[in-house]
Amino acid sequence: MTFSNVPSLQRIEIKKLRQGDNLILGFSIGGGIDQDPGQNPFSDDKADKGIYVTRITPGGPAETADLRMGDKIMQVNGYDMTMMTHDQARKRLTKKNEDVVRLLVTRKSLEEAVKNSMGGYQRQ
Amino acid sequence: MDNESTYSGYSYKSSQSRSSRKHRDRRDRHRSKSRDSSIRDKSVTIQTPGEPLLDAESTRGDDRDDNWGETTTVVTGTSVDSVSNEDLTRLKDLEDSSPLQCRRFLGPALGGVLGLFALVTPLAFLALPQLLWRDTLEPCGTPCEGLYISLAFKLLILLISTWALFLRPPRATLPRFFIFRCLLLALVFLFVASYWLFYGVRVLEPRETDYRGIVGYAASLVDALLFIQYLALVLLEVRHLQPAFCLKVVRTTDGASRFYNVGHLSIQRAAVWLLDQYYNDFPVYNPALLNLPKSILSKKMSAFKVYNLGEENSTNNSTGQSRTMIAAASRKRDNSHTEYYYEEAEVERRVRKRKARLVVAVEEAFTHIKRHQDDEGSVSSPKHPREVMDPREAAQAIFAPMARAMQKYLRATRQQSYHSMESIINHLQFCITHSMTPKAFLELYLSPGPTLQYLDTSRGRQWTLVSEEPVTSALRQGQVFSLRRLDFSLVVTVTPLPFLNLGEEFIDPKRHKFVMKMQSETSV
Repeated sequence: MTFSNVPSLQRIEIKKLRQGDNLILGFSIGGGIDQDPGQNPFSDDKADKGIYVTRITPGGPAETADLRMGDKIMQVNGYDMTMMTHDQARKRLTKKNEDVVRLLVTRKSLEEAVKNSMGGYQRQ
Repeated sequence: MDNESTYSGYSYKSSQSRSSRKHRDRRDRHRSKSRDSSIRDKSVTIQTPGEPLLDAESTRGDDRDDNWGETTTVVTGTSVDSVSNEDLTRLKDLEDSSPLQCRRFLGPALGGVLGLFALVTPLAFLALPQLLWRDTLEPCGTPCEGLYISLAFKLLILLISTWALFLRPPRATLPRFFIFRCLLLALVFLFVASYWLFYGVRVLEPRETDYRGIVGYAASLVDALLFIQYLALVLLEVRHLQPAFCLKVVRTTDGASRFYNVGHLSIQRAAVWLLDQYYNDFPVYNPALLNLPKSILSKKMSAFKVYNLGEENSTNNSTGQSRTMIAAASRKRDNSHTEYYYEEAEVERRVRKRKARLVVAVEEAFTHIKRHQDDEGSVSSPKHPREVMDPREAAQAIFAPMARAMQKYLRATRQQSYHSMESIINHLQFCITHSMTPKAFLELYLSPGPTLQYLDTSRGRQWTLVSEEPVTSALRQGQVFSLRRLDFSLVVTVTPLPFLNLGEEFIDPKRHKFVMKMQSETSV
């Protein structure tokens, strides 16, 4: 039985919420190819310059869509986010003409790995 | 020796020229009483040739000092300030020469006379009309008596403050006029003279009868004298208290340097102040510690022999030899720094070993004695009567076991000329009297103390101020002057202290907030 952080891919659809003049998603991002990857507390590989979710506003649309803190955003509406600057990523998420964003995120989930291995064991 | 003849003549000449243009503070009127304190001032010109003696006879000096370690015979060591016989005779000549003494006291005498005259003047103003034309004076009742009282108290205050501020034996003689002092003396003289002039013309001549006016006039003189004293206080004592310049002092022989902050002073006053600090702060100048050992420096001079061990080929030999010699010589020159390094390490190791032995010996020696309490008189049993010793005997008793270790340590640190056996026993006696620990006893020897510690304070010190600008000019940026003594000098550089532009920033204590250091976070 091995406990490893097997990353799992999730597809998450967030409906933007209108607040005043803005459409908000309810989370904060960090990272980017112009940032210092060593300061990212969520990444496994400290050279990973991808975009990560750093904070989820409680009760916001991201929380209801089951986005979690520490998720790495791989794609937004089909666009690749792994080689983006911080500002480009922000722009891509906050396009005013889009109501819904479809994110492809990877998430380190230890429980899934344990569940899989346990299930496998039990089956035997 | 050549050194002695030249410098003694020089010092005599320079002291003469120095004292010819001196003036003393006018308040030093009790100079005659403090005649014995005058030898303490810095104009006495004696500097004994301790240093040349050491260099020429260094090995013989060591042998002389070795004796007391082994055989405990009392030998006065060659301290830096000791006097040899020929110097003693010359010393007497210098001190007894009368022009020197007369000129030195001319200044303070003048100032004293002037001061006394100034103090007596108001009383004279009051007394003269009473003595000369008492009958024709208008009677003057209560207002006069009030003025008498105020006059008396002001004179008393003047006397006390003069005593407090100016009646101090001067500690230095300056090469030129002390400008402020001369200014004040001239001012006082002018002042009193003009008052007398007015008095003589307006009061004595016509035999003025308004006595109250005369008393008021005398009171105004005393007021003015008090203000002059205030001016003197500000000019002489207060003005230079605010720091304005930073002086860097470097000793030329061993590079010891210090920085001092002074205020607005003339060069000569700054030099005097600086020398006071020098005696406190600079470690004593030890000429024995200066040079690289000759063994390192002279290695370059030694001959270099080339042995040819190969085949006998005459043409190749000469060129090969010269090339190898040059290469080897250049390589050899490079090695002196490694030798210096190893030699230093060796010396340091030796000093530390001897210091360890000394510390152990002293600690052990101190355990042999203890203070005798008077109330335990009955404790000592009749079988072992302990004899009670005074500090001197106790010191001599415990000196013997530590003598050898002490002498070896002093020789290793080249301090043997500063501490004779007698001085060590005296210091030991002093430490025992005050119940000091061995560590406190050893602090005198383990580190070279300030020069003041080794000084014989009964004699003055001769220094020469060498400067490109007149020594009464004020300190300025970039000035360099030096204070020269016989074998070393102190080079002083003047830099102004930077102007400080102090701003203000108020921080509300509630504004201290912290966040985790992370990359930039944007909320979307």
